[in-house]
Amino acid sequence: MLTVLFFYLFAGLAVIAGFMVVAAKNPVHAVLFLILAFFNVAGLFLLLGAEFLALTLLIVYVGAVAVLFLFVVMMLDVDFAELKSGFLSYLPVGLLIGGILLAEIIMAAGAWVLNPALSKLENVNATPTNITNTEAFGRVLYSDHIYYFEAAGILLLIAMVGAIVLTLRQRDGVRRQDISAQVARSPEDSIEIKKVETGQGI
Amino acid sequence: MNVLAEYMPLLPEVILFLGTLLLLMTGVFNEQQGAKVVWGLAMPVLGAAIFFLIKDWGVNAVLFNGSFVVDDFARLLKVMVLLGGIVTLYMSVTYLSESGLFKPEYTVLLLFSLLGMMMMLSANDLIAMYLGLEVQSLALYVVASFRRDSVRSSEAGMKYFVLGALSSGMLLYGCSMVYGFTGSINFEDIAKATITEGAPSVGMVIGLVFILAGLAFKISAVPFHMWTPDVYEGAPTPVTAFFAACPKIAAMGLLIRVIHSAFPEMQPQWNQIIIFISIASMLLGAFGAIGQTNIKRLMAYSSIGHMGFALVGVAAGNREGIEGVLVYLMIYLIMTVGAFACILAMRRNEEMVENIEDLRGLSQTNLPAAFMFAMLMFSLAGIPPLAGFFAKFYVFMAAVKADMFVLAVVGVLASVVGAFYYLRIIKIMFFDEPKEGINEMPSQLKIVLGLSGMFVLLYVVYPNPIIDSAKLAAKALLPTV
Repeated sequence: MLTVLFFYLFAGLAVIAGFMVVAAKNPVHAVLFLILAFFNVAGLFLLLGAEFLALTLLIVYVGAVAVLFLFVVMMLDVDFAELKSGFLSYLPVGLLIGGILLAEIIMAAGAWVLNPALSKLENVNATPTNITNTEAFGRVLYSDHIYYFEAAGILLLIAMVGAIVLTLRQRDGVRRQDISAQVARSPEDSIEIKKVETGQGI
Repeated sequence: MNVLAEYMPLLPEVILFLGTLLLLMTGVFNEQQGAKVVWGLAMPVLGAAIFFLIKDWGVNAVLFNGSFVVDDFARLLKVMVLLGGIVTLYMSVTYLSESGLFKPEYTVLLLFSLLGMMMMLSANDLIAMYLGLEVQSLALYVVASFRRDSVRSSEAGMKYFVLGALSSGMLLYGCSMVYGFTGSINFEDIAKATITEGAPSVGMVIGLVFILAGLAFKISAVPFHMWTPDVYEGAPTPVTAFFAACPKIAAMGLLIRVIHSAFPEMQPQWNQIIIFISIASMLLGAFGAIGQTNIKRLMAYSSIGHMGFALVGVAAGNREGIEGVLVYLMIYLIMTVGAFACILAMRRNEEMVENIEDLRGLSQTNLPAAFMFAMLMFSLAGIPPLAGFFAKFYVFMAAVKADMFVLAVVGVLASVVGAFYYLRIIKIMFFDEPKEGINEMPSQLKIVLGLSGMFVLLYVVYPNPIIDSAKLAAKALLPTV
């Protein structure tokens, strides 16, 4: 009972947040609603017993992707009001295409027959007997699938090297902060004490 | 100790991987001489990998629960790819240092790309195939736009990246279809599932088509060739040489392995596709190159055409066809690096020139280079008794023996048309009035051009090593046929 309640809570909030992502006028608000949607989907995963997926979703999408979005939205000064200006004039065509797509989907889904053999399949369980699914992942990730894991690691390393090669520019005449030089400075290096005779000036 | 012995066939890859990491660190911590040191050390690393590949000749192994296969087929192609890598790396040093692009990352990325190609050639399931492809191409996207201050180079990298991502998407869609309909990602299991099923289901055919589309993009076969001329023209010339030589060989090897070890029962289905892309590539390569004025674009069309010729052997679908393809790829590799050695030498007043017109009267200013280049062009056109003729001869013979006369006839006609633009270059070099002299050729380019020219000329005298190794490799892939 409680599970059902929470399912509707998370699912409903996810749908509302998803709608608000599109509808929000302020792009920063849209990204914040996106984060809310991610949190609710993570909740749905938790209800299914897939806690690894739930936490990965939070770490990757909220922790990295959504924050990146926020930065991009704030740094690229996109005029969203101008982007949305043609909205009304395109609305009829958009509605027409949307309607056709909807009709097609209904027709396709209406004719859909599930393979009868599917009902005989054993229920797939997100949580195998007695181990959490994080542990289940851990058991195969570094043993059975070590090759894929390492290959993906190489791929990410190449991506990093490539990003640095293509974007790092060494410009001349830039004054960088040199912390060790700052710390090593002593009063003797920078202050000179002079006796100034009255009425003479330096 | 037992575990180590089991994984010994992986040694070449491990050497290349650890060596590359070491070189990356060397480059990072050696700011002044980094590029040169890394470049110099890359040769022994690649040499060691080749040595261990050849040393293990004949050993077969399947590692990592069937996702990594080591056999003579993979080994021969890996040796070819690594040799191509060594030669293009060796040739690129003058160009790079003159244009201020000589950075350690260049070498490191090329080595990573070669590692990806080795992974592709040993891939024995869908995930390993995809990861190998991505390791290979991600490094190539970056080196394509290595001259980041040039709009052309950035455009080349961007185009290659976007279209490469599209092709990866198609490949993955095909993989998901195949997985859905067979329940397995392993090539042997997929083959077994297609046997028991009888006539292949529509879903399998769709999956096969999409996988082939993704792979055809990598070998730039028509209709997935659009990126090739722009990327070849925009990328720095040594990178273009690398593009023309190595990735095509690796992707062709992967294509052959996929169709023969995962879809042997679906030969009627993939044969149609291969025949179509083969004919289309040969024709487009022949006709597209006629109007080109930029020699790098011309080489792009030439490589499209050559991949079409190689696909003739694949379409034959038997062991003889595969032998033909392997011989073709070996000869193509050597001709291509030779031709690019000449293109890299086209410098006037310390600047690269890329127009075919700039070769005018090369025979009067530098006769040996002009002679060797002419021999390579004759060979690329397929004129006997040079190596390129035999390459075409083997694949056409295989097609004729498999009763594919149309394919062979179209191939011969396309190579006649293609001969026109190769001969035009020779005419420009020998019979036109010379322009002001082209700079002296750097010694590395002289060596590469000399060696490949000698190979092309003397192949007819002693072709056995190449034919024998191709036979062994083809036998490893198709033991029973």
